[in-house]
Amino acid sequence: MIITGGSVLTSGGMTVTDVRVDGGLIVEVGPSLEGDDTRFDASGCWVGPGLVDLHTHLREPGQEWKEDLRSGRDAAAAGGFTTVVAMPNTTPAIDSGHVAAHVRRTDGVEVVPAGCLTLGREGIRLAHLDDLWAAGVRIFTDDGDTVADAGLLRRAMEYLAQLGGVVAQHAEDPGLSRGGHMHEGAVSSRLGITGLPAVAEEVVVARDLRLVELTGCRYHVQHVSTAGTVELVRQAKQAGLPVTAEVTPHHLVFDDSAVQSMDPVFKMYPPLRTSEDVKALCAAVIDGVIDCVATDHAPHSAHEKDVPFEDAPRGVIGLETAAAVVNEALGLEPAAFFDRLADAPRRILGRDAHRMEPGAPADIVVFDPTARWTASAFRSRSENSPWRGAEMRGRVQLTVAAGRVVSGEVAQ
Amino acid sequence: MKHLLSIDDVTADEIEGLLDLADGFVEVLARDVPKVPTLRGKTIALLFYENSTRTRLSFDRAAKALSADVLTFTQGGSSVSKGESLKDTALTLKAMGPDLMVVRHGATGAPWRVADWTGLPVVNAGDGAHQHPTQALLDALTLRRHFGQLGGLKVGIVGDIRHSRVARSTAGALVALGATVTLVAPRTLLPVDISDWGVATADSLDEVLESLDVIYLLRIQQERGGGDVFPSISEYVGRFGLTRARAARLRDEAVVMHPGPMNRGVEVDPVVADGARSLVAEQVSNGIAVRMAVLFRLLGSEGAA
Repeated sequence: MIITGGSVLTSGGMTVTDVRVDGGLIVEVGPSLEGDDTRFDASGCWVGPGLVDLHTHLREPGQEWKEDLRSGRDAAAAGGFTTVVAMPNTTPAIDSGHVAAHVRRTDGVEVVPAGCLTLGREGIRLAHLDDLWAAGVRIFTDDGDTVADAGLLRRAMEYLAQLGGVVAQHAEDPGLSRGGHMHEGAVSSRLGITGLPAVAEEVVVARDLRLVELTGCRYHVQHVSTAGTVELVRQAKQAGLPVTAEVTPHHLVFDDSAVQSMDPVFKMYPPLRTSEDVKALCAAVIDGVIDCVATDHAPHSAHEKDVPFEDAPRGVIGLETAAAVVNEALGLEPAAFFDRLADAPRRILGRDAHRMEPGAPADIVVFDPTARWTASAFRSRSENSPWRGAEMRGRVQLTVAAGRVVSGEVAQ
Repeated sequence: MKHLLSIDDVTADEIEGLLDLADGFVEVLARDVPKVPTLRGKTIALLFYENSTRTRLSFDRAAKALSADVLTFTQGGSSVSKGESLKDTALTLKAMGPDLMVVRHGATGAPWRVADWTGLPVVNAGDGAHQHPTQALLDALTLRRHFGQLGGLKVGIVGDIRHSRVARSTAGALVALGATVTLVAPRTLLPVDISDWGVATADSLDEVLESLDVIYLLRIQQERGGGDVFPSISEYVGRFGLTRARAARLRDEAVVMHPGPMNRGVEVDPVVADGARSLVAEQVSNGIAVRMAVLFRLLGSEGAA
């Protein structure tokens, strides 16, 4: 296959050229490539490394009515993702190697399981960390819950520092957030909905950073939602700690005023914060304090969300809209766009970023930054998207994963 | 006006108009035959997901005084215990043909959802700690009938503001009608950010007691966690209870109100609760007139006025 005429991300920068793919690899990059291969016209598009999502809920095993590996990988492909990290809050939880192996996929869109830090995500005893490591797990988290016990977290960090793994924390102090459904502030006060204060996130991150200092373990802050957390991460990086951070697309766009609609599609944890937080998060992605955007794709069936706000499960889907949302919200140059959505998450997974050069794996996305489309007909099994029905700007036209076209139409 | 969901959706003029209408219904309720045929042939569904005595009975009485029929759903003994969702229950009730639904639910926003799902006019009879607009109207009516007008009245709302839909609704209505409202509570029972409510706050009842025309007492909502955020009932009473000693310091013309249910000996001394200053019984009877006015406004305006 030849991808023709796109603006291609090479180590020399963006170049309008062609890319030939064969046998799972990029084999040739140059102008006016000839041959009787199938062709994809990428004129006006960016051609770069397949996107990587460090935070995806695929719901398998255990909640396949919301999503399963097939529908989740289809959604990833439609969104330009060639690698997704599957969160371990499944049933059973991914706390041992055999559950991780059940989830792992390498044909087409790659699924890399994240492993639990504690057995059954119960926050009491360490999960089978060596076993998980041997099954390919590199990121460890009890996502959905915080590892609240500092002594237990310290032991996990010491253990994983030796292996080289990353501790990823869903930072939400259980005492401060108890009973909360949305950001604590003026909007929650008027709605009479119990809030999760910003400090519920910040006290956990502040504490954990001291443990990083103590243990030297690599540490990743999941779904940063407050300006205060951004400052903590900035200071930790300045101090040279091995810290990275992600933010979701929805936290870059919406603030807690969206909850005035009382529509459960705006219910997620961490909650939507204030407009000041949104500004700080966008600025932090642009200046690199926040390393990457991760979707926290969290599918729920329509009937589960069709209830009052407080009764609704938390989370929104995001795989199919992330690239467009980042494109529109941040207006990044292509090199920065691919850094925040592909290179940085690859580095956090312990891999090298790759460029459109011969010998690189054929994980490729073709993204048209000006195309307009309406978010609907999701390939995810669920439709709980705050962008459902919205006009989007920037569209994934082709996704190639492990050499296979997993999304997009290729002319014969 | 298609629905009455939040008092914040109703302008001061519309509130005054509803109170004028309610004044007329107060007279109707005082007649030998306290009933008018205005809503004959209409059916009003009461969808109550939380325990309620006065509000449900009051809507029932209001509907019947307007000659409407009433369909009542309460959570106990319903299909909810079999796992039925709010949406399915609301659509089931809609299929029985009511013209309007009155909804009470423990979650904020539930009446809005019912309005979306059913397309029927909906009156919010209390959603979570959010809104209870007919309570706001009955409180405003009670004060207007007692004092003549609300402009300039100094009102202290005392107690568990954080968990109170009454405080959120009544404070909104009173401020809209020109009263000065001060919220009096331990900081743990105040919402975290009320900067846009147009109200003042006080740290103890003694701070404002002598300046008040109206002292409006709220119950501690144990069921929503209101009892877990101060050290003890006796400490609460010490700083915020309307004791007999404090009641003696009130201005001569000051009145005491309470939305009920009342916890005697906590927010209010039992003798004070029944004393000459108390407007609690008027609140209950005015509640019927206000709900008649709301039902009439939502269902009766195309017919006889």
